Amino acid sequence: MSHFLDRLRFFKRIEGKFSSGHGITTSEDRQWEDAYRNRWRFDKVVRSTHGVNCTGGCSWNIHVKNGLVAFEMQATDYPRTRADLPDHEPRGCQRGASYSWYLYSPHRVKYPLIRGRLLDLYRAERARGLDPVEAWRAIQKDPEKRRRYTAVRGLGGFVRAEWDELVEIIAAANVYTIDRYGPDRVIGFSPIPAMSMISYAAGTRYLGLIGGVPLSFYDWYADLPPSSPQTWGEQTDVPESADWYNAGYIIVCGANLPMTRTPDAHFYTEVRYKGTKVVAVAPDYAEYVKFADLWMPVKQGTDSALFLAMGHVVLKEFFLDREEAYFSEYARAYTDLPMLVRLRPHGDGYAFDRLLRASDFDDGLGEANNPEWKAVVLDEDSGDYVVPNGSIGFRWGEEGRWNLKLERDGTRIRPRLSLLGQAHEVVEVSFPDFELGPAALPRRLPARKLTLHGQEILVATVFDLQVAQYGVDRGLGGAHVAARYEDPDVPYTPAWAECVTGVKRADIIRTAREFADNAAKTLGKSMVILGAGINHWYHSDMSYRSIMNLLHLCGCVGQSGGGWAHYVGQEKVRPQAGFAPIAFALDWHRPVRQMNGTSFWYFHTDQWRYERLAADSLLAPTARGRYRGHTLADYNVVSQRLGWLPSAPHFNKNPLAICAEAEAAGAETEQEIVNRLVGRLKSGEVRFSAEDIDAPENWPRNLFVWRSNLIGTSAKGHEYFLKHLLGAQNGVMQDPLEGARGTETRWRDEAPIGKLDLMVDINFRLNSTGAHSDIVLPTATWYEKNDLNTTDMHPFIHPLTEAVNPGWESRSDWQIFRNIARAFAALAGKHLGKRKDLLAIPLMHDSAFELGQAMGVCDWKRGECEPVPGKTLPLLKVVERDYGETYKKFCALGPLMVSQGNNVKGLSWNTEEEYERLKVQNGTITEPGSTFGMPSLGNDIQVCDAILGLAPETNGEVAHKGWEALGKKTGTDHTHLSSGRREDKLVFKDLVVQPRKIITSPTWSGVESDKVSYNAGYTNVHERIPFRTLTGRAHFYQDHEWMLDFGEGFCTFRPSADLRATEGIRDRIKGKPHLLLNWITPHSKWGIHSTFNDNLTMLTLFRGGPVVWVSEIDAKSIGLADNDWVEALNVNGATVARVVVSQRIPEGMAMMYHAQEKIVNVPGSNTTGKRGGILNSVTRVVVKPTHMIGGYAQLAYGFNYYGTVGSQRDEYVLLHKIEDAAIDWLERPLTPERERQLNPPGIGDLDVPEPLPLAAREQSPEPQGLSPAYGRT
Amino acid sequence: MRLQQFFFGIYPYIALSVFFLGSLIRFDREQYTWKADSSQLLERKQLRLGSNLFHIGILVLFAGHFVGLLTPHAVWAVIGVSDEAHQSLAIGVGALFGVLCMIGGVVLWRRRMYNPRVRATSRLMDIFILDWLLVTLGFGLSTIPVSVYHAFHGDVSAMVLLADWAQSVVSFRADAGLLDGVGLIYKVHLFFGLTVFLLFPFTRLVHAWSVPLTYLFRPYQIVRTKLVRYHR
Repeated sequence: MSHFLDRLRFFKRIEGKFSSGHGITTSEDRQWEDAYRNRWRFDKVVRSTHGVNCTGGCSWNIHVKNGLVAFEMQATDYPRTRADLPDHEPRGCQRGASYSWYLYSPHRVKYPLIRGRLLDLYRAERARGLDPVEAWRAIQKDPEKRRRYTAVRGLGGFVRAEWDELVEIIAAANVYTIDRYGPDRVIGFSPIPAMSMISYAAGTRYLGLIGGVPLSFYDWYADLPPSSPQTWGEQTDVPESADWYNAGYIIVCGANLPMTRTPDAHFYTEVRYKGTKVVAVAPDYAEYVKFADLWMPVKQGTDSALFLAMGHVVLKEFFLDREEAYFSEYARAYTDLPMLVRLRPHGDGYAFDRLLRASDFDDGLGEANNPEWKAVVLDEDSGDYVVPNGSIGFRWGEEGRWNLKLERDGTRIRPRLSLLGQAHEVVEVSFPDFELGPAALPRRLPARKLTLHGQEILVATVFDLQVAQYGVDRGLGGAHVAARYEDPDVPYTPAWAECVTGVKRADIIRTAREFADNAAKTLGKSMVILGAGINHWYHSDMSYRSIMNLLHLCGCVGQSGGGWAHYVGQEKVRPQAGFAPIAFALDWHRPVRQMNGTSFWYFHTDQWRYERLAADSLLAPTARGRYRGHTLADYNVVSQRLGWLPSAPHFNKNPLAICAEAEAAGAETEQEIVNRLVGRLKSGEVRFSAEDIDAPENWPRNLFVWRSNLIGTSAKGHEYFLKHLLGAQNGVMQDPLEGARGTETRWRDEAPIGKLDLMVDINFRLNSTGAHSDIVLPTATWYEKNDLNTTDMHPFIHPLTEAVNPGWESRSDWQIFRNIARAFAALAGKHLGKRKDLLAIPLMHDSAFELGQAMGVCDWKRGECEPVPGKTLPLLKVVERDYGETYKKFCALGPLMVSQGNNVKGLSWNTEEEYERLKVQNGTITEPGSTFGMPSLGNDIQVCDAILGLAPETNGEVAHKGWEALGKKTGTDHTHLSSGRREDKLVFKDLVVQPRKIITSPTWSGVESDKVSYNAGYTNVHERIPFRTLTGRAHFYQDHEWMLDFGEGFCTFRPSADLRATEGIRDRIKGKPHLLLNWITPHSKWGIHSTFNDNLTMLTLFRGGPVVWVSEIDAKSIGLADNDWVEALNVNGATVARVVVSQRIPEGMAMMYHAQEKIVNVPGSNTTGKRGGILNSVTRVVVKPTHMIGGYAQLAYGFNYYGTVGSQRDEYVLLHKIEDAAIDWLERPLTPERERQLNPPGIGDLDVPEPLPLAAREQSPEPQGLSPAYGRT
Repeated sequence: MRLQQFFFGIYPYIALSVFFLGSLIRFDREQYTWKADSSQLLERKQLRLGSNLFHIGILVLFAGHFVGLLTPHAVWAVIGVSDEAHQSLAIGVGALFGVLCMIGGVVLWRRRMYNPRVRATSRLMDIFILDWLLVTLGFGLSTIPVSVYHAFHGDVSAMVLLADWAQSVVSFRADAGLLDGVGLIYKVHLFFGLTVFLLFPFTRLVHAWSVPLTYLFRPYQIVRTKLVRYHR
């Protein structure tokens, strides 16, 4: 009643005693407990999850109190898994649990912001009576006006503005850019749609409608393992985490499960209770090592050597010493090991060449359709050369034989693995080796003679070549093979691997044996879980392929509990077929422009001008080398013009102008417009933009970034972004290198500074990307919008739900882009009207165009062939855009869904029924006009339902149609896979009630059933659906000319690429003690995925700011103590952080966790004089030519599917201590001198004019001093 | 004369009423504000020195004032303490602990004003009450030379008058006239001291009510029963 009155009972407080007086009973007031009860009391609970970067796809209950998010709790109402499996729940982690902090944090962007100087300029032009587009043009035409706001990017100076005004500026900039330069100069970047599909789709749909270019991200992040498409023709398909529980043996390599897969890691521990052995491969004592039975402390970057040695053991013991029937039968049916390879003379012996094709035989072996795309085996039964089903040639142009059945007209085919015993001769073949620089190792193997088209040639099987490559002695004599594991001089013996990796040979031999033995006994239940730790290297393909080889040798791929489990970037939009048409506006225009991010940034941030890695140094001695002398950038130019990789901008000419000029010259049809362009390309009148990438007409002009921290964390070569793309203060420590000058790209003596006219960031947090943007728009957080979320870690589809209204003035991404579309349409109706747009589309994977050049590379530019669109040139298509209709189209599901149907992965089906159903479900557009009567996409829930209604994973009838379509190609009925759920139709409200399991669909290679967990390749093995590769099988061998040139026909060990980034930088630190360290940037513990590193709750847990980890032995050698300040430095820039000295880290390596932002606790760098940088301040992206191959079955472009990847693990830095007294926080006012000094001292000082007082300011009707001319940095 | 009547005849009752009633109301209504607001987590080294000195000083000073002022004159005579001895004791103990308290207080003040973390978490009232206490203490210390002068001249009248006044206040017969002959410096100190009582309920000083002495003797386990008293 009263605390005071209660106190008056002081002497009567004790009402009873117990335990000999050690305890007492009182009846004190307990009202205080209500405070704690109220802390966890709430008004409503809403289901949502964490949107952008988290792979967990965990279901969370968001608790709302008084209109604010009070806290979140893990939901525990998932559908059950399978009877013999532990359940998934509860899912979630510390990061997710702390996210509610972020909604109300100081980092939150609350209002629309614009760079004050830009707003001043714009308002001044508007006040002069110019309309928005004219006003934008006036600013862009005046270099000084433009420089005024671009040169202070990253230096603050934002002011609050109204939504309408900012949206108008953005729309005006887009209209101006499209008209002046072309729609392919309007760029968008947003990653990982799977985590919030509607938000992603909002921006890309807008870009799709106007002809802008969304950039890929999975490859840019280096999360895409190119080895996956190389081997299977599949982007990345992996088992759900529950399938780990089915494994009998697990090797984990570079995937830190407890830390970055927190909600799934329980399966990793639970499976050990079944007796499954776990081996951890890691250079550092990582979290996942603690769970392991054996730790293999491998030297970083040498994983391929380790796994190649295991392959050596398996080949010897399970294929040669004795034949394990399960393994060899699997190899015959599902791998390219029995395929025949042509040998070509090389030196005194031979080199391996392309796969033998049906077309090599005079009669085409009876194949009339695509014989050059059909591989050949030697049949053991008949002794004949035969064409087995399943090659990519069967996929297009015919039906019924694209399958993996080993039969022909009812007769069994038994492909011979080895020619040993059937050989006509034993020949010496050169195998490229790169351990100590490029070399060729001749090894002996059996070959057969064939006379083809009157010419005698030799062929060998992939198996025989592969055994030789692994250096296993088969008694054929010759060098570079080993009969004993203890031979350290022959590559790929365990003893050799011990020298390279530091892992004991006995461990390698035992692990290989156990892994294979388990696979043999369980029919493939041996698994390798792998991830970013080994994937972010320049030569990551080799590490990955060495693992895939091991798995295929042991018959693990496609078997539940076995196979590869790659978890990086989790790019699985489960309802892909429903998502893609809406996200890329394919319901209105087909095809769509897309661009591979890595090549785009490599070119447009001018990182190519600093290239220190010579492409020639990567070539194998056996290379034909027809492009010898080309730089890496040159290779990319060749790739673009051959239609392999996409291009953006396409040409040095506005694609609207290309059409308009052609029409003015009399072209009437699409074909005539294209023909005219082909002629002009051939004559050189029109060129690919990459040929002169620094020309102002080829710059990207407008950039939208949403759901991303492009500049702050994902920019490999961060400082180059700042310098060339943004024209901002930067720390690039070198001038462009003459040696980077190429033959295909024009070298301009002056590198451009500040290519972007306008950068727009749409985010709920003000990070480095926002800080460098011109306009920042506040968006809804993950608890403030309706959206969809899927992952490959589990089979459920989740909603994001609006628990509270978007905070302050923020709006959902769908609303934001809708508003931009509306403002755009209003201006475009006047300035653009109806235009024809020319698209240059690469030869896409999963389309008939993947059958490009089968027999070798012909380059039209070199006169080797004619430029043929869709064959030797990109596919050229004309799309008509009515720009004034952009907004209406944005809000309605367009008519192409009915007239052209829907498709995914080369399968298409009719969607009329679903379209009609959506009219009822979503309601139709009632406004008269072009979209009248179409299903509405006005709000985010309608978009969710449209996706769910169109996708086979969430609509059983669509799944049925998809399987039927596939069945036609394979000649097999697959509909039983989804028949049990044919009636199921999931809608958004279902998901809100409970996360739902998806329906088995032909989009993916695994199945959802009550019997097996989702596992990649399952339908390939169990339904005999071919992998989408050249042979239809999993590829050990890559026979493309460029693959062979670069020595990667077979998986081989390649040491880390030498990027030479510390050359010429040592004098900058003036002889101070320093370390030379490999710069490793793994995923961080407290900041990745579901929240951000600047979340105070997370920062509180460890050091409160960016840190670099260094080994205690290294630290001691230069007198570093824990928590000292250090600077990491190379030619790319510098970063400053606190050091963590730890025995966990091996010598020679520094670890700076990914995504530590430079907005918290980062001082200036003493060397660059600029802000002390981020993990990527010392990296530079380097592209790899083998990733540029296209139009060649599995080596064909797909968005986020194939293409160059942005690796960053091969960098080295100098690391030295900074005394506390020398730390400079750069907290000084911005002076004109400082503003002019964009570069570090001594780096190519550009002739930037002194900032002039802005004349426009005087004319501005707005109050003076709206934005401070010089703010604090 | 009227002012003196107000400050020493009426004001003490206002101050003490606010002190008692204010404390009681705050204790009843605002349990979560009933705390010392320690900033030990933010800064430890200076706190250890300053806080200990300050608390030792102020506790002895408080006890000295309490006993010295409120013990009836007759009691001193009975226990055989002469006025002169009483005066010397008061001066000696007061000076020693006053100085200790002052040193501690200055350390705490510097810490509060110049340690950025402590400063950033300080409320206005925290700074104000520390300032007020130090000023009060300063006046208290500056009475010592006057008292020493009195002692040299064998004059105990001021001390006796102050004690009589204090006793007149607590026995509800406040006689401001008793202070007629007392030096101004004493009166100023009195005013500041009385005001401390007035401010007390609005500051962190309330923690003084709740010294957790019983914690030392607390049994291992306390069961707070769920049964409400009138149900039994």
